[in-house]
Amino acid sequence: MLYDVVIVGGGVIGSAIARELMRYRLRAVLVEKECEVGFGTSKSNSGIIHAGHHSAPGTLKGDLEWTGNQMWDPLNADLDFGFKRIGELTVAMNEAQVHEIEALKRQGETRGVPGLEIWDRERTLKAEPNLTPDLLASLSAPTAGVINPYEACFSLVENACINGLELSVENPVLGITPEPDGTLTVKTRHGLYHTRFVINAAGVFADSVAAMVGLNDFRIYVRKGEEYLLDKRLEGFVQRLIFPCPDPVTRSKGILVIPTFDGTLMVGPTSHVVDDKDDLTTTSAGSDEVFDKVTQVVPGISSRDCIAEFAGLRAVADGEDFIIGPTAVKGFINVAGIQSPGLTAAPAIAAMVIDILRDEGLALAPNDHFIPTVPRRVRFGALPIEEKIRLADENPRYAHLICRCEHVSEQEILDAIHDGARTLDGVKFRTRAGMGRCQGGFCTWRIMELLAGELAIPISDVTKRGGGSWIIMQREEGEQQV
Amino acid sequence: MITGKLSHLEQHYDVVVVGGGPAGMAAAVGARDAGAEKILIVDREKEAGGILWQCIHPGFGLHHFKEELTGPEYAQRYLASVMDKGVDVVTGAFVFDADRDRRIQLTSGQHGIRVIDSKALVLGMGARERTRGAIRIPGTRPAGVLTAGLAQKFVNMMGFLPGKRVVILGSGDIGLIMARRLTLEGVEVVGVFEIMPHANGLNRNIVQCLHDFDIPLHLSTTVAHIHGRDRVEKVTVAPVDAALRPIMEKSWDIDCDTLLLSIGLLPENELSRQLGISLDPVTSGPVVSSRMETSMPGVFACGNVVHIHDLVDFVSQESYLAGTNAGEFVTGKRRPADNVRLVPGENVRYCVPHTISTDREHTVYMRVRQPLEKCLIRLGDVYQKKLLYVFPAEMVNLTIRPRFLEQFHGDALRVDVVPRDT
Ligand SMILES: Cc1cc2nc3c(=O)[nH]c(=O)nc-3n(C[C@H](O)[C@H](O)[C@H](O)COP(=O)(O)OP(=O)(O)OC[C@H]3O[C@@H](n4cnc5c(N)ncnc54)[C@H](O)[C@@H]3O)c2cc1C
Repeated sequence: MLYDVVIVGGGVIGSAIARELMRYRLRAVLVEKECEVGFGTSKSNSGIIHAGHHSAPGTLKGDLEWTGNQMWDPLNADLDFGFKRIGELTVAMNEAQVHEIEALKRQGETRGVPGLEIWDRERTLKAEPNLTPDLLASLSAPTAGVINPYEACFSLVENACINGLELSVENPVLGITPEPDGTLTVKTRHGLYHTRFVINAAGVFADSVAAMVGLNDFRIYVRKGEEYLLDKRLEGFVQRLIFPCPDPVTRSKGILVIPTFDGTLMVGPTSHVVDDKDDLTTTSAGSDEVFDKVTQVVPGISSRDCIAEFAGLRAVADGEDFIIGPTAVKGFINVAGIQSPGLTAAPAIAAMVIDILRDEGLALAPNDHFIPTVPRRVRFGALPIEEKIRLADENPRYAHLICRCEHVSEQEILDAIHDGARTLDGVKFRTRAGMGRCQGGFCTWRIMELLAGELAIPISDVTKRGGGSWIIMQREEGEQQV
Repeated sequence: MITGKLSHLEQHYDVVVVGGGPAGMAAAVGARDAGAEKILIVDREKEAGGILWQCIHPGFGLHHFKEELTGPEYAQRYLASVMDKGVDVVTGAFVFDADRDRRIQLTSGQHGIRVIDSKALVLGMGARERTRGAIRIPGTRPAGVLTAGLAQKFVNMMGFLPGKRVVILGSGDIGLIMARRLTLEGVEVVGVFEIMPHANGLNRNIVQCLHDFDIPLHLSTTVAHIHGRDRVEKVTVAPVDAALRPIMEKSWDIDCDTLLLSIGLLPENELSRQLGISLDPVTSGPVVSSRMETSMPGVFACGNVVHIHDLVDFVSQESYLAGTNAGEFVTGKRRPADNVRLVPGENVRYCVPHTISTDREHTVYMRVRQPLEKCLIRLGDVYQKKLLYVFPAEMVNLTIRPRFLEQFHGDALRVDVVPRDT
């Protein structure tokens, strides 16, 4: 049976496109090689919805950044993954940098970004007393926000599935053949999909996927970013996103302080080109760079407070801009080179791709039964006490705490499993269980038990994130006590 | 195993003890002996007893019970006396808030969310293990990097193995114990790597867990890189320079599927922070008086939440004292307040308690920075004692009798541990 659309890659881009597509009566499948959607670059980034003034004018990414920024409020109203406009300060340390932030302000204003203001030293320090007293001024951008990027992916896809999307995970696309009749056959680990359109949203591998249909006109190289998470004790140490003044030569945004959606402070990311597209290593040079630079702006931050670290890979195309559009191969559409601010731009990219599909001849009949929302998920730890008491009375599983650092209840873990989590990381990124300061010391076993029970698998089959990421093994004698 | 499922939770208690490990249990007993009537222990695990249940090796109780017990035996004995004394124990319950009126909030699958008042509060939340993030080991993030304590739980409580070929980073006691335990289970333990020039665990564990099993201990060496996408495939280890930086030219790779971390314990002071009591930046635990009372009247603390102990016997001793004082706080017959501050001096990282009074006997626990042989512990110029050796991994405890303090009229006493000839 013929599919209308096969989306290759379930990052935030593929996920956002999938969700928009399901507003129409279509047969579509999202094919993802990892065990969960979002487990490529989309879970390993800063989680910032950029304010709209950073990217240079005249670029696709600059336009889509600002359009995308404005689309996150309605998206969050529907899908409730959590989005807060906490605002941003770009800090100038000397006169030259004051000119830089003034230029940034004009760049944003030209684009229509509201609320940009230069704050003097006194006003900046009053708002953020933990910044260095050595600063001269800052640019305040109230439109900047934060989300949990993985939760955004999960709820986009969850909603798309409610509306008829097919999802196939742990299923890499291995080859794509254009057929004589203008359709495409997509070969995957788990079988063939015959389709009219293929959306190439394969992130850092988008060049390899394009090469499958013989397109070799762009190359993706990767720029790695390392990020370091700090103990929750520092929650509130800064209230807004803190940016240093961008490097006048590279335009790199530099090392930031990020009060993440859940309040944990994060510092990073570095930005260095690496050769290997699987290189998710963190390095001691990266860690030194992050903490050295960050303490110049926020002196109270120390590497002693680090609880975890990760790295993500930016998919950079030659020319540095996004590559979005139809190709020489009929039905094959590229959404490639989606580096920063790809997360911010994702909803705008999705809207753009719908327009492209329409232009390319896909009939888009509205789906009258489209459901815009997902069932609201309870975040027990964040509720006011009266509400907690009421819910716990109704369902004692809410009062049974599984993750004690992030205060995640048994019921929330069960909800996550019912929503599709099949691995420890799947649970972790849906619920935050295991993300806190003890890094799973307390909850790992408890979550393994719940996963094994709900999925009816032996506990030694529970993995960290699919594939060969096993956690425990049976004793030689094969005796099992659980 | 004693499973006292508490069917009814009161709303008011004389003493509430947060944490049912060896510290909490001893404190509850102490509070009862001092005359407190209604006492509650709250623990987040299914059973009280804390980390003892997974410590199935012997070596517990030599000081306290004057016989060698396993962890579970030690827990069992203590729990029996807790039960005997009619202390309420609620398990599977997590205290998520405490305030200066000594009111706690707990959440439990059995009892729901509950608010409980106490006249005196004892903090005995113990410690957690430091994890990979704390020392930022470079490399990938595969499955198979876990703390020694979690591995101990997998093996001893659940009956599973963490892997087949294991490298251990850090020579903390749990890591040493696990080196032996895993070897006995048929797991290959390639070696223990310690960044410091000296081991971090008790000497008896180095001998009984490593030497006796021919497991090499590499001092001044660390894990410089973790490899493997899904599961650990190998680690790069390297000797370190004086600044503890790995010397990569001298590094080598070890194939393994598991990296255990035994890199130290951190007191669990989230509740203490919520309460706003003073913490000592060196111990990361509350500042305590000789009554084991924190900076907030009526709030006491004991065990690993105050400072990391290496023997449970001293936890019990210190915690019994904390409990006694909590009980006395409730009954109103308090011992005189402290009048002398202890100041850690040469080669002393910290002293607990932080203050003492000149009218009674005290046991002071301390840790040194550097190992020394034939040394002297000096308390200002009022008292000194010869020691054969000191070692950072072994807590030093010193009993000070009032007769040495009678003549002292200052308000601060400096504590030094120095070579004997100076
Ligand atoms: C450190 C860092 C910080 C960042 N911070 C921000 C920020 O704060 N704000 C912002 O707006 N942007 C940020 N970005 C950029 C943003 O993360 C990316 O632009 C965005 O996540 C890209 O999404 P994607 O869907 O294109 O890629 P991905 O999330 O990588 O998705 C591609 C998916 O395709 C799958 N795939 C690949 N090949 C195949 C195949 N053959 N078959 C099936 N599936 C396949 C992959 O497994 C992957 O899941 C940051 C990036 C990094 C690295």
